[in-house]
Amino acid sequence: MTRALINIPQKAKRGEVIEIKTMLSHPMETGFRPSSDGRLVPRDIIEKFVCTYNGEVVFSADLYPAVSANPFLSFNMVAEQSGTIVFAWTDNHGKTQVQTAAIQVE
Amino acid sequence: MGWLALALSLLSVWPAQAQTPQDPRKSGFAYMGRDTQAMQQDDLANPAMLTVLEGEALWTTPTGKAGKSCASCHGEARESMKGVAARYPSLDEASGKPIDLSGRIAQCRETRMEAAPLVREGRDMLALSAFVGLQSRGMPVAPPQDERLRPFREEGARLYTARMGQLNFTCAQCHDANAGQKLGAAPIPQAHPNAYPIYRLEWQSTGSLQRRLRNCMVGTRAEPFSYGSAEFIALELFLMERAKGMTIETPGVRP
Ligand code: HEC
Ligand code: HEC
Repeated sequence: MTRALINIPQKAKRGEVIEIKTMLSHPMETGFRPSSDGRLVPRDIIEKFVCTYNGEVVFSADLYPAVSANPFLSFNMVAEQSGTIVFAWTDNHGKTQVQTAAIQVE
Repeated sequence: MGWLALALSLLSVWPAQAQTPQDPRKSGFAYMGRDTQAMQQDDLANPAMLTVLEGEALWTTPTGKAGKSCASCHGEARESMKGVAARYPSLDEASGKPIDLSGRIAQCRETRMEAAPLVREGRDMLALSAFVGLQSRGMPVAPPQDERLRPFREEGARLYTARMGQLNFTCAQCHDANAGQKLGAAPIPQAHPNAYPIYRLEWQSTGSLQRRLRNCMVGTRAEPFSYGSAEFIALELFLMERAKGMTIETPGVRP
């Protein structure tokens, strides 16, 4: 199950610039760290974050092992119409976690 | 979306001041950089809130042979767990010994829910204790004034001033005599337990007060007490008494 904190305004005026903040629960394990038994902890990192607004990509980012655990990303976008914002985080195994939020634009 | 609604509704409870301005005691919060303070104060930037969210989900998930969840008996945590973390460790009537919050949660799970024990410093226990702890945020630390706790609290005070480890330090040498000074690059705080569990940036994860204390003990090259040990519970009793009236910040962020 996706555990993420997402902060978006529930309502916005048309044309308004809104700030979105996201934080995903994720270890961002680099693959370089030995565990207590001396073996390397396998790499497990988010490599790609994509945010779509009514189907259109409005923000995306590539993440690397230097990004800390529980990656926090914040960005702005222009509110144009009511609809759905989809947040998707994809890890190095190709698994994607998705969370959605609704926004009402007046 | 449930998560979002929860997180937003939490913003309104931060924080109520319980100390007077003359009080020389300062939370570890006061020694942090502004960015770290801002991270703790924003529930949508504080990574420990992810742990709280896990705890909220566990609260209502039935588990164990009795087929119950925490909510089956305790209902809304917001009501039933309000102020609970502020008065732990407290006396366990059955054993006549002090018990800390994780110990109490373990008791409910193992005896009342007939569920498998949780690892003390494991993800689920931290999640439950952070979620229960949050319900006391903004409230003053309120250690129980039960006479039967006195010998245990005195033992905690003794440990706090006992020399430990190859470096032969006491807790008090750093946290009373040198609080506010620096140890390497890190400011030495006054060792108040009012924000636990915390998200520690150095750990890149959420951890308990006992994990923090183990770090300090390892720092003095002492063999750290084990999780849930009588020594740690005694130290925690003492630290809570010392922080009486200070504001609970759970879940805190620390460098
Ligand atoms: C050599 C000095 C030193 C000794 C000895 C020491 N500590 Fe610490 N302690 C620190 C430092 C430095 C920090 C803060 C570390 C940081 O922020 O990275 C700290 C942090 C803490 C905190 C966290 C406070 C907060 O605001 O979250 C507590 C509680 C604590 N110590 C308790 C103890 C106890 C109990 C002992 C004795 C068993 C002890 N310490 C021994 C240096 C010490
Ligand atoms: C079958 C019912 C039942 C279930 C299920 C249950 N508890 Fe309890 N719990 C109790 C009772 C009864 C008490 C004792 C109340 C008292 O002494 O005032 C208690 C006490 C507690 C306390 C201490 C409250 C205080 O005021 O000191 C905490 C914390 C707690 N439970 C947490 C949990 C958590 C977390 C869960 C789920 C993992 C849970 N409980 C599941 C019945 C239950």
